[in-house]
Parts: sequence; C-alpha cells; structure tokens
Amino acid sequence: MSEAGAHVVHHGPPTTFIRKHVFSLDHKVIGKQYYALALVAVLTGMMLSWLMRIHLIAPNWPIPGLQWLSKVGAPGGVMTPEYYLSLMTMHGTLMVFFVLTNAPFAAFGNYFLPIQIGAEDMAFPKFNMMSFWTTFIAFCILVSAFFVSDGPPLAGWTAYAPLSAVGKDAGPGEGLGQTLWGLSIFVFCIASLLGALNFIATTLDLRTKGMTLARMPIVSWAWFITSCISLLAFAVLLPACLLLILDRVGGTSFFIPSGLNVSDHLQPHQGGSPLLWQHLFWFFGHPEVYIAILPAIGIVSHILINSMRKPMLSHKTIIYCMMGIGFLSYMVWGHHMFLSGMNPFSALVFSFPTLMITIPATIMTLIWLGSLYGSHLRITAASLFCLGFISMFVSGGVSGFFLAQPSIDIYLHATYFVVGHFHMVMGVAAIFGVFAGTYFWFPKMTGRMMSEPLGKLHFILTFIGTYCIFMPFHYLGLAGNVRRYSAFTDDFLIPLLPVHKFITYAALFTGAVQLIFLFNLIYSHFKGAIAPENPWEATSLEWSTPSSPPPFDNFGGVHPVVYHDPYQYGVKSSTGDYLMQASPERAGETP
Amino acid sequence: MSGKLFAVVVIVIALASAVPIINHTFMGANVSMPEDISTHGYEIDKQIDETMIEAGLSFLAAQLVLGFFVWKTAGKKDGPLKNFPGGAKYLVVAAVLLVGAEAIALGAIGSKAWAKVYFQPASADALQIQAQAGQFAFYFRYAGPDGKFGGIHPEKIDEGNSNFFGLDPENDIPARDDITSGELVIPANKEIHLMMHAKDVGHSFYVRELRIQQDFVPGLDLSLHFTATKVGKYEIVCTQLCGLGHYNMKAYLNVMAQDDFDKWLKAQSN
Repeated sequence: MSEAGAHVVHHGPPTTFIRKHVFSLDHKVIGKQYYALALVAVLTGMMLSWLMRIHLIAPNWPIPGLQWLSKVGAPGGVMTPEYYLSLMTMHGTLMVFFVLTNAPFAAFGNYFLPIQIGAEDMAFPKFNMMSFWTTFIAFCILVSAFFVSDGPPLAGWTAYAPLSAVGKDAGPGEGLGQTLWGLSIFVFCIASLLGALNFIATTLDLRTKGMTLARMPIVSWAWFITSCISLLAFAVLLPACLLLILDRVGGTSFFIPSGLNVSDHLQPHQGGSPLLWQHLFWFFGHPEVYIAILPAIGIVSHILINSMRKPMLSHKTIIYCMMGIGFLSYMVWGHHMFLSGMNPFSALVFSFPTLMITIPATIMTLIWLGSLYGSHLRITAASLFCLGFISMFVSGGVSGFFLAQPSIDIYLHATYFVVGHFHMVMGVAAIFGVFAGTYFWFPKMTGRMMSEPLGKLHFILTFIGTYCIFMPFHYLGLAGNVRRYSAFTDDFLIPLLPVHKFITYAALFTGAVQLIFLFNLIYSHFKGAIAPENPWEATSLEWSTPSSPPPFDNFGGVHPVVYHDPYQYGVKSSTGDYLMQASPERAGETP
Repeated sequence: MSGKLFAVVVIVIALASAVPIINHTFMGANVSMPEDISTHGYEIDKQIDETMIEAGLSFLAAQLVLGFFVWKTAGKKDGPLKNFPGGAKYLVVAAVLLVGAEAIALGAIGSKAWAKVYFQPASADALQIQAQAGQFAFYFRYAGPDGKFGGIHPEKIDEGNSNFFGLDPENDIPARDDITSGELVIPANKEIHLMMHAKDVGHSFYVRELRIQQDFVPGLDLSLHFTATKVGKYEIVCTQLCGLGHYNMKAYLNVMAQDDFDKWLKAQSN
C-alpha cells in the first residue's frame, strides 16, 4: 500500500460536455458507460433469444418485422436455419463478452473499486478511458457483422475451427462476418487487458490510509481476483484470435489440417490442428466463467452482510474460496473437450480438479446459509436478488457435478443439459448479482432511490420465470435433446416439442418482466425519491462520500482514513447498529 | 412479506424439481432417458443415477434450508443476533470432507465407465467400419470380401458419382470391393470398431440409445468401439455445430440379427 499514491491528484474536474460525458477520465462516468453498453447488449441479446425461442417452436412462422433485419436471413420474416445459428452466435458472444464480463466487473468495478478503497480515481485514468472506448469499438465491429452481405457469423460463441477458419467454402456466415467476429473479440481482449492491469494497479497502489488488504470489502477483493484472472485469460485469447484471423485472411494453417474437402473444394491448407484452437479457446473460456461469476459472488456477499445486519460467519473464508476457484479455473479447461479426441487419459486429469471446484463452491454456499441463521434479514429488492443468486448458484452448481464426469459427459455432452447448467450458474446467477448491485448502488450513482415495490415485483417474477425457462432444459438434456439445432426434426425430438413450447412462453414472459426493471431504472433516474446519505446504513467507504453521486475526486479533496474491518454490523455505536469504516469511533457491546 | 413469499417460492420450486429427480432415482433411468442398447451403457446409467441422488439431495437440502432460514429471519428486528452454532469452522470441515469424499468416490467409480469405452482398444475380431462425416451427411464403408479398405483421396471426392470417400478403384485394388452405405447397418451382439474420418469440418457421432458420443475431428482419425444388444432402428445425429444444415445431419443405425446382416452385406457386394 502506498499512502503517497493515494494523494496524487490525477486530473482536474472536467469542464466541457465531451470531457464530462463522452471521453471522460472519471472512473464513475466510465463505469456508467460500461453499464449502459452492457444494458444495450443485454437487451439485444435477450431479443435475439426471443427470436430463437419463437423459431424453435414454430420454424415456419413469419416473425413480423424480421425481414427488415435481414432480407436473406429471414425472407418474409421466416428465419432460415443459418440465420438461426447466426442469432445464436451473436446471442452468446454479446452475452458472454459484452454483458457478463462488462456489467459485474467493468461497470460496477470501475465505479466502486476506487471509492471503496478510498482513491480519487483509477491508477491510470487515460488507460481506463481507452479500455472503455476500445470495448465500444469491439461492440461496433461485432454488431456490424449483422449487416455484411454473406451473413453474420454462425460458428457459435466458441467459433470452433476449421468451420470458423476455412472461409466462405464452409457455407453462409463464414465469410466477412466470421472475420469481423474474430476482430471484435481481438479488440475486446485488448480492452480487457488494459482494464485488468488498471484494476490490479489501483488495488495495490491507491488504497487510502488504514485500508489494508484485509480491510478491503469482499466485493473489492472479488474485482481484484477477477482482474488477475482476466489478465491471464485474455492474454491467451488475444493471440488465438489473431491466429484465427490469419488462417482466414493470411493463408496460414494454425487450425486447419491438410486434406479437407469443403463444398467440393480441396483446401490449400496443411499442418494445422483444430484441437489447438479448442485448447487456446477453453484455456480462456473456462476462467471466463469465473470472470463472470466472481464479481457477482462479491456483490452478493457484500449486500447480504449489509441486509443481515451482522458479519458473515467468515467473509475471509469466502475470499480464500474465490482465490481457490481462480487458481483451479486454469486446470480444468479440458473438461469442455472430453469428447474432442484428445488423449482419453487426460479426461481424468481434467475431471478431478473440476470436481474439486465443488469444495470451495460448497463452502461459500454453506457460509451464506449459515450466516442467514439468526440474522435480522432486511428484505429489499437488492437482498432478494442476493437470495435468488444463492438459489440459482446451487441449482446451476449441482448440474455441474454431472458434467464434470467424463463418463456422464459421453451421454450429456452437447445436449440442453449443458445449456441449462451454464445459463443458470453463469448467466442468470451473474445477472442476479448485477440486479442486486443496481438496486443497492443506484442511490449512490444517481442520488435517487429506485422504487422498492417495483423492484420486489421484478424480482419475484424474474425468479419464477428463469426457473421455468432453465429447469426444463435439464429434463430435455436427459432425454438427449441436442443443442444448437435450428429445428427439431428427428423422430425422438418431436415428442419433446411441448416442453420447448413451455420454455418459449416462459422466456417471452420473463423477458417482458424486464420492462418493469427498465421502467424503474429510467423513471427513478429522473423522478425517483431523493436518496438519503446512507440509505442502507452501510459501512464501506462508498457511503462516506460527501454527496451522491460523489464529486469528481470522490471525497471532495479529503482523504478518508480507515479505522475498521469492512463489516462492523450488529455493534453499538452512535449511528445505530453499525460502524462505518471511516468512523474513528470504537464499537461498543453488541446490542 | 416479500421475504416470506420468496421462502415459499424457493420451497415450491425445490419440491417441484424433486419430482423428476425422485422419479429418475426410484423408477429407473428409463423414465427420463431412452432404453440402453449397449453393453457398456449400464455403467454410464448407474453413474448418472448415483450422481442424481447425491446432486439431488444437495440441491434439495440447500434450497429448503435457504427457504427455511429466510422464512425465519426475514424482516426480524427484535431479539439478539445469533451465530450459527460452531461458526464457519465446522461448515468448512463438513464441506471439505463430505464433498471431497463424494467427489473422489464419484470420480473414481466413474472412471471405470470411461475406461471401458476409451482405455481398451477394440478387440481384434471386431467388425471394422469406417464412418465419414461431411456437411451434412454421414457415410459408412465396409471393407468388402477382401477385408481391406481402399485409401482415401480427398481430391477424388465426387458426391455426384457417389464417390463419397474419394476412392480410387482404378489404381487401388482394395478399394474396388469396398461397400458404401448411408445407413450404419450392424449385427447385434458383435463388437463394432468404428474408424472415424472428417471430410471437411468438425462433426460428432451421437446415438442416445448406444450411450455413445464422439467428435469427428478433421486431421485426426479417431476410433470408437461398442456393441449393440437390441435389434432395431435408431437415430444417429450430429452434435458438433457444422454449419447451416447441422440440425438436419442424421443417419440411421440399423441393428440386425447376424444372419440378416450377412444377407444385407452380401446383397450390397453384388
């Protein structure tokens, strides 16, 4: 820790509109920009999933207006099989990269990490601005792939070679669209690396006086651990994307072996390996799951402690578990490749650490549950999403127990069981963390309160809706329902169509429910009740700033001094049952 | 109010989800999965059943405890704050011991089923069949009376003239009597050694009833072995995204009695 570092003034208050709201160096504006980008991406991704779900239950039904999005992909509004795969690819890419990586980590992390550790800004504000705008460019490149003449990419968010590498011969969607996909992810990796470096430097160098590592709130720890994982993961995906682009446009053969006859054209490549792409991709891809979920674990733990009005049984154990998961995440990538043709002995080597990840995950769950016991749980929209997170984390986690075993994977690989598993544990759980963070921090970010009744309604309907969507996926998987099919024409799949209908209705319902959230977010931003200084009676430094939203230098020229561990709840103090980190007061007896 | 509502919803979801879990566990795997027709499949099914019990119990216990604790503590303002008896220590020990033991046990037992499919090579007298996957069809090849396969020449592939494998019968004698089929016809109770070749991009071979799935990887000729025990027709589907026709890439597995198979093969040679 460097006290001197915390006293460096990085930049003065912005004066022009552009420097204030567009090319801002202020981490709070950048955090909001990331949030806005994630919001646009999640709404787009969700609408794509609606289109896919509708197509799955009625492949020949014209979807009004779809023909305007793509004349070729949806002539007369009826989606072609290749357009379905394109929407699926874009859905996955948008959600994984631009929502699950951006919202819980880049958006909230940018806004609150510096404030929670008592800094005035990130360590490198210009890098910070650059990482957002680079992410924005990556987003624009990806979206532009929707509009190229030979169709958007369709090789899935995993872009397995050689389908993704041999070019136009492999069919529609394998032309310029796929190259743009590779370029977009390449640029995204640069942005993520810049962001990760910035988070690490900020955490290590800019903590204010008294803010030892042990006194950092659990969510700051989560962002710190996530940035370490990001640094190693995106550093591998970056060159992998470069090699993929070179295979496509430079005539190289990193991922393409010899002797391929694609659409009656003998491919000129030789000597490459499709498995190399899979190894590089999943070496990034598995840690990516934890890049999405660890910040959510941090957010949820942070808010839950506040709502329970007492410390966790051991929030440090949760921090150690997050480190353990981060460490193990680099040893398990091969469990995505059990059936890929790699040496069958290696399956057992990858299976063991995968099963071991259950241990830290179980410890965390038991600590959350055990901490609830005997608490004074305040029910707010934020705390409800935290409880919903625990439920989803468990449901999505136990199905991982099946997939971690190679023998079971022989049957369940590439079925809807896998889709149900990762949507619950990585998608819905992480999004619940984002919702919890939004309801909790909105007063700090805007100075206004969100509507609690609407928030609670939003929660309960979303909670029921997501279970209705993703629980039946496991049932479909057990029945052998293959994923990534644009229509179910096989004899054994036709009897499963009623289940798909139910899922589609549930998805349309749950998607519509998000309008409540959107309304609450926009309405409260302008018309919400003025937020009190510390509406949740919380302890960490973000609630010690002189105003909401905080001034450009966060603490109005003052450098807060930290006197306590982050979670002094259930104590006797002049403020009530809690003691803020920046308060020099000493806690009395437990009331 | 909404806290108690959440508690009720969690408990209802847990109990509703328990119905298929209990059904699977007590009524047998065939309730949720198709009948197994392979000699190795029962080990996979057993492994799924055991995992279903352990994962199902963990799921139910965690959701019910969550619902119960939220019901008890939601909105509570009075009374002393209490800590879970024993604190974090016992929970950590319990998690490490119980889950660790569970993971090691499942991992160790499950390895047997995996080993049965992947560690032992096909026996020497297994029937060799070559499978080729290309956008968007499977083709199968039998060696013919000479027992030898002709070589594959990717540049000679000509689907219009039914030369799906790129054979060169003019210069390659073993290729002349090779039998090509769009359907995988096999005899029951005889081990099959499937030699897998990808023509263009990645594909996968999945037969639910056989409890078998394996990727076709361009550049890697992989092999797979299995024995089917029940005569009948089953669907082979592609499970590796291979392009626009992926959903429609399928073939039939036709399991025949040995006599019928011999007759079928003879008819093909002629």
